[in-house]
Amino acid sequence: MPKIQSRNLNLWYGDFQALKDVNANFAQKKITAIIGPSGCGKSTLLRVFNRMNDLIEGVRMTGEVLIDGTDIIDSKIDLVTLRKKVGMVFQRPNPFPLSIYENIVFGLKVHALNKDNLKEIVEQSLNSVLLWDELKDKLNKSALSLSLEQRQRLCIARLIAVKPDILLMDEPCSALDPQATSRIEELMRELKNNYTIIIVTHNMQQAARVSDDTGFMLLGELIEFGKTQYLFTKPKDKRTEDYITGRYG
Amino acid sequence: MERHFDEELKGLHKDILKMGVLAQEAIYKSIEALKNRDKAQAEEVINKDNEVDELELEIDEKCIDLIARHQPMAGDLRFITTGMKINAELERIADLAVDIAQRVAELVAKPILKPLIDIPKLSAIAQNMVRDSIDAFIRKDVELAKRVVLSDPEADKLRDLVQDELINDYITKDSNTADRAVPLLLIARHLERICDHATNIAEDVVYMVEGKVVKHHIEDLE
Repeated sequence: MPKIQSRNLNLWYGDFQALKDVNANFAQKKITAIIGPSGCGKSTLLRVFNRMNDLIEGVRMTGEVLIDGTDIIDSKIDLVTLRKKVGMVFQRPNPFPLSIYENIVFGLKVHALNKDNLKEIVEQSLNSVLLWDELKDKLNKSALSLSLEQRQRLCIARLIAVKPDILLMDEPCSALDPQATSRIEELMRELKNNYTIIIVTHNMQQAARVSDDTGFMLLGELIEFGKTQYLFTKPKDKRTEDYITGRYG
Repeated sequence: MERHFDEELKGLHKDILKMGVLAQEAIYKSIEALKNRDKAQAEEVINKDNEVDELELEIDEKCIDLIARHQPMAGDLRFITTGMKINAELERIADLAVDIAQRVAELVAKPILKPLIDIPKLSAIAQNMVRDSIDAFIRKDVELAKRVVLSDPEADKLRDLVQDELINDYITKDSNTADRAVPLLLIARHLERICDHATNIAEDVVYMVEGKVVKHHIEDLE
């Protein structure tokens, strides 16, 4: 069964319809990329999956988004539990102005989880983003002393500590240089063994390199969705072809 | 840092090697079938060609996928584009082995025309050239690739020798020998074409390793 199923999903910001009848299945433990020009609705779609759009006034949704079979559009859903299960990484790494250690255990404290073996969880989380060896002797240093790439890894480790199932990544490499980008992409490939990852990116090459499936969005519609290999070599829709070959707009 | 992409390149490398092994096997078996007048072995070569055809398509698709998804540059780009060309050359080599096997299947039904002397020699050259061209690809060995290119004229000479002998000593003297002489003549021609394809592979290897185009410029090698 797909991890996330979006069925006839529509979303409005006031009178503006940002998502139009989006239907897609997001596979478990795979990386799915969503690409498309600015304003196409890709970040909006991503933020539906952990209901981040609820923070915006005037948002209205219809349709269904099933995660493990449960409709998360349902107003009765517990958002804290949902956001623990569906973590999010943002464009600019945003660690708290706390120590590296405190950043990682922060989520555990919020969710009142596993307070007994915090050290072990910190080690596991940093290990899973390949930061443990670099930072094990600096856990009490401020997270703000880290490089941008390390900060982004730390933000991913912070999510992993609360054991999510799904990682949403909104342009996670846009603040990084090509080398750091390449290392984060390698990390994503490691992480997909354990997590379902959905990445929104402006960088088509990144989507092509890193993802298993890709969706192309335009003006709120999901134009095409399928295996990355085929979307980038034999797209079915002319609009996809025009976009990925740089002819759009 | 080893990239995920490197793993995919290794996979492509392995597939091309497999293609090389299948092509070499096809030549070897078709010539063994000729020497031993073994129709069953000739048919085996003909039947196994499907496997080569399927692998050719698989490798092509993999190369296109790698180019589309990874936007390879420099050595990586040369490796993938060369891989595609070598793939096509190996498929043609396997097809020529099938052509030889088909001629063998015709010949075994007829009496022996003459003892085989130059065709096995030409076949040995062809097999060595194919083996060396693939080795040069595996080891990125430009010197070996150059030796392959430079050995092609020898194959041409031997083919001419076989051709002259079959035309002048058999077909011209006794036209009744044509139905056995012509298949042998064609086999010599197929073997010589195999050498041409091995030469192409070797030239591609030089380009892959050094980025230097030596195709159609044999003088640049010497």
